[in-house]
Amino acid sequence: MPSQMDTAAKRKIESVYRKSLAAERRRNIWNGVKRDRFLYLLALPGIVFFILFKYVPMWGIVISFQDYSPYQGMWASSWVGFKHYIRFFSNPDFLILFRNTMAINLLSLIFFFPLPILLSVMMNELRGNKFRKTIQSIVYLPHFLSWVIIVGITFLLLSTGEGIINQLLVAAGLNKIDFLTNPNYFWGLLTVQSIWKDAGWGTVLFLAAMAGIDPQLNEAAKIDGAGRFRQIWHITLPGIRSVVIILLILRIGHIMDVGFEQVFLMMNGAVSEVADVFDTYVYRLGIKQGQLSFSTAVGVFKSVVGLILVIGANKLAKKFGEEGVY
Amino acid sequence: MLQSKSDHLFNATNLFFLTVIGLVTLFPLYYVLVVSFSDPAEFIRNKATLFPKKWSLDSYRYLLSTDSFIRAMGNSAFLATVGTVFSLFVTSCLSYALSRRRLQGRRVMMLLILLTTLFNPGIIPPYLLIRDLNLINSIWSLILPVLTSGWYVLLMKGFFDSIPPSLEEAARIDGCNDIGVWWRIILPLSLPSLAAFGLFYAVAYWNTFFTALLYINDFNKQPLQVLLQNMLIDSSTASGGTAAAEMTAEQQIPSETLKMAAVVIATIPILMVYPFLQKHFAKGAMVGSVKE
Repeated sequence: MPSQMDTAAKRKIESVYRKSLAAERRRNIWNGVKRDRFLYLLALPGIVFFILFKYVPMWGIVISFQDYSPYQGMWASSWVGFKHYIRFFSNPDFLILFRNTMAINLLSLIFFFPLPILLSVMMNELRGNKFRKTIQSIVYLPHFLSWVIIVGITFLLLSTGEGIINQLLVAAGLNKIDFLTNPNYFWGLLTVQSIWKDAGWGTVLFLAAMAGIDPQLNEAAKIDGAGRFRQIWHITLPGIRSVVIILLILRIGHIMDVGFEQVFLMMNGAVSEVADVFDTYVYRLGIKQGQLSFSTAVGVFKSVVGLILVIGANKLAKKFGEEGVY
Repeated sequence: MLQSKSDHLFNATNLFFLTVIGLVTLFPLYYVLVVSFSDPAEFIRNKATLFPKKWSLDSYRYLLSTDSFIRAMGNSAFLATVGTVFSLFVTSCLSYALSRRRLQGRRVMMLLILLTTLFNPGIIPPYLLIRDLNLINSIWSLILPVLTSGWYVLLMKGFFDSIPPSLEEAARIDGCNDIGVWWRIILPLSLPSLAAFGLFYAVAYWNTFFTALLYINDFNKQPLQVLLQNMLIDSSTASGGTAAAEMTAEQQIPSETLKMAAVVIATIPILMVYPFLQKHFAKGAMVGSVKE
């Protein structure tokens, strides 16, 4: 009996103690919040932004499991489970969209991705400072032009009517090439556009990483008799390895994304078969035709695959002893 | 001796290829200028020339006399200035708060911000949100949803991390609260970084196209890029081959010279900020992104 009393009393003491500990912790948190109230005030607009414009739309993906009707709203629309997802995967459009997206992205991965690395190695090897600055200003410039302008310039250069390239072809006694309406050229055209716009800009990070390489390494290699190519191979390239890997991870995470604006603006009736990608499809069916639930499902599918890819690529990078993105 | 000879060869080849790359990058822009300054009638007759046979400012004069073009420029200018100020404000406030280690809930907030960079809900849910907020056809629909981004917040936070805490302590002793420290100490110290981010924001706002396509139906409220799309691309020969090209010539839909004059005018603001951009962006792009 007495021992039971003891344990009951002990328990009571313990619970009072625990409660006071919790109260103390709460008080500490509250004191911290009070102390940093101005910091929270500073953070407030940003926090409101992230909640309203990033997290509220995440709720919006529930409509992909509904037959959403704008009149009934998200709360009253009927639930249909995976209906829209199943419809999408069993739709022949799915394979076409998937093929186009993959083709455009693989071309970019093979042809676009290595170019900034090559270009920054070349620029890093420049000895004259003035020429280097000039060439940097020139190759960075197209990055800041909008896609509308770049597509406009593409038409100016390549159209069959007034395009200067076709004028030159005719002047050289050759046939005109309908670059803009022949589906065979579409993917290549996008790749060339991306290269012109962003290959130069892509060198910024690599050049910065190269600037961080200890020049003594190069001196030592030179004394050991290494030529320029060997210095590049054994010093410069290893020096930017981690940056390359981080960018590659990010690139892989975006393999389902094709720049919407570029494709949308370059698309025309003649090439739609090879041009339609997930984002243009979502825009057309969702915004233009009002199939909100179905096109949300397409968008969610795309984002989920992207998320899995970036997490997977990051894990893989860490496995190989690299830092990864996060 | 042998070493320096191969060095010379290496340098010469390198210089040659980079020059070619520079010229290839510049040529389209040069050609845009040439076409825009060509006499419209002369251009239609002679088509491509590498140098205008007959100079003319007609296209520019016409363009700047149309209300729609001026209005679109005004809309974009508003977007770029007001949007940039708001974006810098929100980004720097939040980044500064997150850079203070004593802030409770900091880790959770950063994790939640990081998550937004990994997953996006697509096009439709944000569209429904903007519609529900009654922002369709409002210029704020082009500013509010892109006020800041997880990347920029984390990058700028990385920059604020590098400012020594002793400065903050000194200001505190002088009686500053957190807002005072942020405004009087941190912001002045990070002007170069603010300039870099500000210019990135300004360019992004100036180039706003897709969100305007989604959210702005009112012709009078369209930013410049949407007007440019109507001018350059909708009426272009690409959509229907030669038949459309002939129609274009007949109906006096914007001539190539007019289109390119529009391209030049739309690019001028970017070229004007470009020198400043150049000075700062390497730093801005680097902030916190390369770990050494």
